[in-house]
Amino acid sequence: MSRRHWAQRAGFSLLAFSALMVVIPILIVIGSIVMRGMSAMSWEFLTQMPRDGMKAGGIFPAIVGTILLMIGTAVVAIPVGVGSAIYLSEYARDNFFTRSIRLAIVNLAGIPSVVYGLFGLGLFVIFLQFGTSILSGSLTLAIMTLPIIISAAEEALRSVPTEFRTVSASLGGTKWQGIRKIVLPQALPGIITGVILGLLRAAGETAPILFTVAAFFLPKLPESVFDQTMALPYHLYVISTQVPGMPLEIQYGTALVLLVLVLTLNLGASILRSYFRRRRQW
Amino acid sequence: MSGDKRTTKIEIQNLSYAYGGNLALRNVSLEIPANEITVFFGPAGGGKTTLLRLINRLNDLLDGTEMSGNIYMDGNDIYAPGTNISELRRQVGMVFALPLPLPGTVRENVEYGPRLAGLRQKNILEEIVYNSLMQAALWDEIKDRLDSPAHSLSGGQQQRLCIARSLALTPQVLLLDEPTSGLDPISTGKVEDSLYNLKEKYTIILVPHSIQQAARTADSAAFFLMGELVEYSLGKKIFTNARDKRSEEYITGRFG
Repeated sequence: MSRRHWAQRAGFSLLAFSALMVVIPILIVIGSIVMRGMSAMSWEFLTQMPRDGMKAGGIFPAIVGTILLMIGTAVVAIPVGVGSAIYLSEYARDNFFTRSIRLAIVNLAGIPSVVYGLFGLGLFVIFLQFGTSILSGSLTLAIMTLPIIISAAEEALRSVPTEFRTVSASLGGTKWQGIRKIVLPQALPGIITGVILGLLRAAGETAPILFTVAAFFLPKLPESVFDQTMALPYHLYVISTQVPGMPLEIQYGTALVLLVLVLTLNLGASILRSYFRRRRQW
Repeated sequence: MSGDKRTTKIEIQNLSYAYGGNLALRNVSLEIPANEITVFFGPAGGGKTTLLRLINRLNDLLDGTEMSGNIYMDGNDIYAPGTNISELRRQVGMVFALPLPLPGTVRENVEYGPRLAGLRQKNILEEIVYNSLMQAALWDEIKDRLDSPAHSLSGGQQQRLCIARSLALTPQVLLLDEPTSGLDPISTGKVEDSLYNLKEKYTIILVPHSIQQAARTADSAAFFLMGELVEYSLGKKIFTNARDKRSEEYITGRFG
């Protein structure tokens, strides 16, 4: 009896320790970035152009660039991704063709991000002559986020009970009417979550934008989709490794801004998801 | 047909149907009279549900099926090329074994079919909601809850809502696949009562969930066994005086 009791205590402690091992590193990372980055936070830091070889001033163009890239990525990846998911879940039959598509999606998710960067450089920047531009960067990031969005959206669509589709058909609905009126609205929370997760990944990546859009130092805002732009992750890489004598607080400040951007979006996704889930009616 | 005032609504001719290589219906032929309750009964796996789903072409959604023979409604082959399937399904409503309200309010459920058909005028939709719920014997119970979620109703109310939802399309035929299998006896009684009233206006085909229900509700009855139509009788005489030994044994409870 007491031996079993001790075994149980030991087991629980081990499990609790494992859980702690997940939380502690996150707390340390966030804590140290907040502590060292807070001193850099100021209205000026967020809204000014960089000065003195980026050693002073703000990171405004990098913030704007990252937001623009996310918008560009969303514009491309959401319709293509959700469209593919609808096709795969609602229309495609299980045959060699659709199995190859699924295999391609799984493999796409496993490709290192730097390979996407090189691919974007080859296809969009050079071959299609979009140049180093927001367009090339957004397209590259969109391709990288597609597998995340497709998988999440397909999963969400499949979790809507088949019966709803049958009922809709039995009431004279076409297949598309059933999808648009019943299936899509019910799958929306899952789709939104997938989209945000995909965009978050895009926001934080450095390698895919390295060759396709990111400017080392460009103290002005882009004027069209064919312009280069600065972006937070690449800017962080530059000021941390490429510029000697960079003040530490600017590095941590930049990291903090990126972190807050990503965490805010993540929080938004969670709130949205739980809001929709409470409204779910089955 | 045994003359008098019966008219045939649906005629099934030499219908065989298979899916995944399994024969579900073997050379079934029968005529279903208008404005009556025709009951398809028999043990599970007899092909009753399959036949129902062929009458509104719901099995078109499945892959890997094979069909031969014909189904006529008012003399028109419903599997003829160029048939408008959505229109057919509006004329042949279906209620499933489990209450399956769509996500949304009571009103949205009833309005779903008419709206898909393109109806938008508020006053007409309102009238449809009233009439359909009235015919399904549900109006008095839920007239103050039209804008509550449909899934907040009780099981029996949900199933009558599903009947009302089919009626909203003013169909000519109503297919009911064990509509009371998930309901308690009181709710079952209410659903059955609504069916008696409905047969004045609609041709009803019912797969009952028990022989007692079959005997209570049937104007005509067809006994199905393993894909075969064993016996079909106009009137209730099959329940008291079956011609075929297999139907008699099933009805008297010796198997099934």
